[in-house]
Amino acid sequence: MTSESRLEQLRDEAYGKGIVAGRGVDVAGGPIPRKPGYYGQPVVKPPVWTWEVPLYFFFGGLAGMSAVIALGAVLFHHVDLALAAMWTASIAGAVLSPILLILDLGRPHLFLNMLRVFKHRSAMSMGAWILSAFGACAVPGLITLELHMHQMFPGALDQLLRIAAGIFIFGAAIFGTLLSTYTGVLIGATAIPAWFLHRTLLPIHFGTAGLGSAAAVLELLGHRITALNFLGFYAAAIETALLIWLSIDKHGAADRAIHEHGSGWLIRIGEVLNGPLALILRFFGFIPWAAISFLAGALISRIGWIAVGKVSGSDPESVFAAEKN
Amino acid sequence: MIGEGIQSTNQRHHTFVKDHVEVGFFTDPTVCIGCKACEVACKEWNHVPDDGFTWSGNSYDNTGHLGASTWRHVMFVEQDRQKGDQIVGATNGEDPFRWVFLSDVCKHCEESGCLEACPTGSIVRTEVGSVLVQHDVCNGCGYCVVSCPFGVIDRRPSPLPDHGGAFKCTFCYDRQKSGLVPACAKVCPTESIVFGRLDDLRARASERLQHLKQNGYADAQLYDPTETSVRGIHAFFLLLGEPEAYGLPPKPQVPTIYLKSAWTSAFATAIASIIAALAAFAFFT
Repeated sequence: MTSESRLEQLRDEAYGKGIVAGRGVDVAGGPIPRKPGYYGQPVVKPPVWTWEVPLYFFFGGLAGMSAVIALGAVLFHHVDLALAAMWTASIAGAVLSPILLILDLGRPHLFLNMLRVFKHRSAMSMGAWILSAFGACAVPGLITLELHMHQMFPGALDQLLRIAAGIFIFGAAIFGTLLSTYTGVLIGATAIPAWFLHRTLLPIHFGTAGLGSAAAVLELLGHRITALNFLGFYAAAIETALLIWLSIDKHGAADRAIHEHGSGWLIRIGEVLNGPLALILRFFGFIPWAAISFLAGALISRIGWIAVGKVSGSDPESVFAAEKN
Repeated sequence: MIGEGIQSTNQRHHTFVKDHVEVGFFTDPTVCIGCKACEVACKEWNHVPDDGFTWSGNSYDNTGHLGASTWRHVMFVEQDRQKGDQIVGATNGEDPFRWVFLSDVCKHCEESGCLEACPTGSIVRTEVGSVLVQHDVCNGCGYCVVSCPFGVIDRRPSPLPDHGGAFKCTFCYDRQKSGLVPACAKVCPTESIVFGRLDDLRARASERLQHLKQNGYADAQLYDPTETSVRGIHAFFLLLGEPEAYGLPPKPQVPTIYLKSAWTSAFATAIASIIAALAAFAFFT
């Protein structure tokens, strides 16, 4: 119901501000836009990616660094741990990651077109090849390791399996480090201001979050060894440093999506969970809680970075501000 | 020089595709009447689907922005400035106001962000220098969407026809192959959109700019970012005032320039992680 006082109020608003925003009509600038830009329209397009992508970043990072831990474990004769790490790498990297990546496509049935070309200047193309190479190493690495472990074949053949397992695990570890870090390049080398302004930080964050997540999952699977605890400390310490870096390296309106809005809160919560909180919990010996805190933080900050891209990409002023620097 | 009728390059048959000549669009808002014939012609010729009616309330523009189902977009820019010396009239410059129409389109960059980003090879450069999406190859990964510094290309949402793929202006490559002019330029009644050889258009644009400046359009400028990493665009514009008012980035950069620092950081992290993992087992076993 519109009362007489409501009309008076509208008149005051019009007189005072020179503009009245009505229901159903989004008057971003009428009659004359007061903010720089075209009626608040985005200058660049925000990402169209949905929930699959941050989840893929999480599992891809976890898988890649599990293979790195597997390499360390086989080299120093922790065969049970190596086996668990290769299972983690294979399930997360060769099953979950491809499924999530395919689900995210607008046309999932054409996913194989990803391997039509090899473009080193496209991080998406490199990522598709890295994920494929990782899968092609991790799964055979797991199978050969299992066969070797169970002494399925006699003598010389078993020796051959042992060597093959070593080569495959080494390959999985190398491609694994790239699988965990390339996602930072993927979003860092785009036109989204809040992403490209932090293109140096992103691969460090994604890679380290992957390493910490891999250690955390293996610890939760019951492998409580000092080596994994050390990696947990290492990852949480670096994430803490990144949290400080991010709060110092501010670019005003250009990357305000990281510090304001819901996206800013996701980044902050994620970084506190996998940075200082995980570090403190681990310091006091609450290892399972530190592992859970780190995993939650790693996932939330991935969701946060995609949310940041959506906010920053929709904000014309962030583009103008980034180009003024 | 405006309105060359049937003598205009907009109406003539050409052999640019066969001859591998670089072509372009020169879009001039000072003669645009905001009729939106270009938007309509583009939609009709290319079978671009209707993506819904929303009442924006922003001048007479309910299209909003370029996207997967909008390949030409007429902007209605309202500014409290004078257009040029030629307008005096009743306001006598005391309450200046101008209304500028500009038909926006894919810029067909020299260094194209979408083309570089595309992992399927779906986006290619044609013989005439334009950037083309091959729709049957695109798998809809969405990476071109965040790689375009102008926010042109987008993924078409369901339930529109051909949804899931990335779409943008094709520069009417199908028409050009047959010697025809792109639909938007063909229908433009004032030659605000001019199609032709890129070098001819650049000459024509600087001549036009001089002419306008001499006639009181003090803030007229050409928008063709040749100084940035985009290294120039095939569809360039004349603007009155700053590019920001048209939603155009003042200094667009192709995102591939960020690759070096990002990959350096990735490789450093990769090596550090391997060292950390090996050290962990070496020292704590």
